[in-house]
Amino acid sequence: MIELKVRKTLLSHQGKMELDVDLQIGKGDFVVVGGKSGAGKTSLLRMLAGLLNPDSGTIKVADKTWFDKGQKLNLSPQQRQLGFVFQDFALFPNMTVRQNLEYALKKGASTNIIDELIDMMELGELESRKPDTLSGGQKQRVALARSLVQKPKILLLDEPLSALDPEIRAKLQDYLSKIHKAFELTTIMVSHDITEAIKLADRMIELDNGSVTKSGTPAQLFGDAKLSGKFQFTGIVLTIESQDFLNILSLVVGKEVVRVVVDESEAKKLSPGDKVIVASKAFNPIIKKL
Amino acid sequence: MNWQPIILTLELALITTALLLLVAIPLANWLAYSKSKTKPIIEALVSMPLVLPPTVLGFYLLIAFSPNNAFGEWLDQSLGLRLIFSFEGLVFASMIYSLPFMVQPIQAGLTALPSNMKESSYVLGYSKTTTLFKVLLPNIKASLLSGIVLAFAHTIGEFGVVLMIGGNIPGVTKVASIAIYDEVESLNYSAANQYALVLLLITFSILVTVYIINHRNKQRTA
Repeated sequence: MIELKVRKTLLSHQGKMELDVDLQIGKGDFVVVGGKSGAGKTSLLRMLAGLLNPDSGTIKVADKTWFDKGQKLNLSPQQRQLGFVFQDFALFPNMTVRQNLEYALKKGASTNIIDELIDMMELGELESRKPDTLSGGQKQRVALARSLVQKPKILLLDEPLSALDPEIRAKLQDYLSKIHKAFELTTIMVSHDITEAIKLADRMIELDNGSVTKSGTPAQLFGDAKLSGKFQFTGIVLTIESQDFLNILSLVVGKEVVRVVVDESEAKKLSPGDKVIVASKAFNPIIKKL
Repeated sequence: MNWQPIILTLELALITTALLLLVAIPLANWLAYSKSKTKPIIEALVSMPLVLPPTVLGFYLLIAFSPNNAFGEWLDQSLGLRLIFSFEGLVFASMIYSLPFMVQPIQAGLTALPSNMKESSYVLGYSKTTTLFKVLLPNIKASLLSGIVLAFAHTIGEFGVVLMIGGNIPGVTKVASIAIYDEVESLNYSAANQYALVLLLITFSILVTVYIINHRNKQRTA
């Protein structure tokens, strides 16, 4: 569906960087693009959308050429007809939620799609509010709905959920998964979040310093390849208590405080504030269904 | 008191501001987004009236538009336009004189908008012009208002350019600021005072209105 082979010299914080990407994306795929900030993820999306011109290369979508430097062919963003959700939502502050969606409607198209999207994204109560009065999660739902009004075949998402707190984030991931199927989209999403990627992606791509370093299904990238029968967390030491011959460590792991027993010789090396690894082998952890 | 100079001043300011708005929007839009190498030169030209003595501007316009010169003669012969000592000439000169006051706030307003805003309109299939009028300009209302008011008030207050190119023809080019000068010259201080007071009140109330509107807008968005 999408064949992209582009090169561009980008100016980043660390100086010049060569973006050199050769990608093929199948119809209906949900691709998550990961990698450090400044790796060229956003630039990649912007090139697909026609907002940034590659120095050389070609972009073909469904056998139609969108960009070909050699033939001096370059479709404008207006002609590419894809959905794009920006990291900062990019809603139009002068229009209400409904007007934002209506603006996206092509002349003469039926307004049914707007009602459908308002319904689907649960925006009914917000319909006549202006974007400035909405929360981050609400804005993101509006931005998502607006990008779908024209029923694009391709949806590009630039870290759409990074500004949201975890609960809303999880809910919006469900929305994304739902619309990806309902609209039969080919979706490309930039995301830093590995759990998000595993939850949504059919395929993951990792960019580093302008080129693709890893590509495959989440299972390939995080499953078999790294399967070692061990899992580990990093934690920070809160307190060390000695009780008789036991030394008990209180650790902060993620958002939880856990207490673990530690060997005396090990305990002597630790002090509060130290960063530690808590690891467990496959046969001894206790698993309980929540 | 003869109200004619005051009315003429308001007419001049109104027409100048309206025409200036039409010229300034595309110009400010270009200046806000262009990466052209000629941009600094155009920017400097637009801002020249801020630093140039109005008499210099008026002098060159007078020279350029004089029917004794090639350009002035061409205007006179082919378009029937005589821009010296005429109301049309005053409008043209005022437009140049007040250009930065209209262009700069609009340009600043456009530059301050996040670039994603226009890009998301492009991705939705809208042209640059439609995006400008439907998305960008409605979101810089405060800047547009500042531009309009500053250009209007500045045109009311001009003197040097008007005197150079328009002279002092009652009903045609004798605006209030010229009338004040005229009355003072004939030692008619009370008439000068009347004109001065009216100008003072008009400009003061315009500015107060703008600040009230801006203040309300700020409260609404806060």
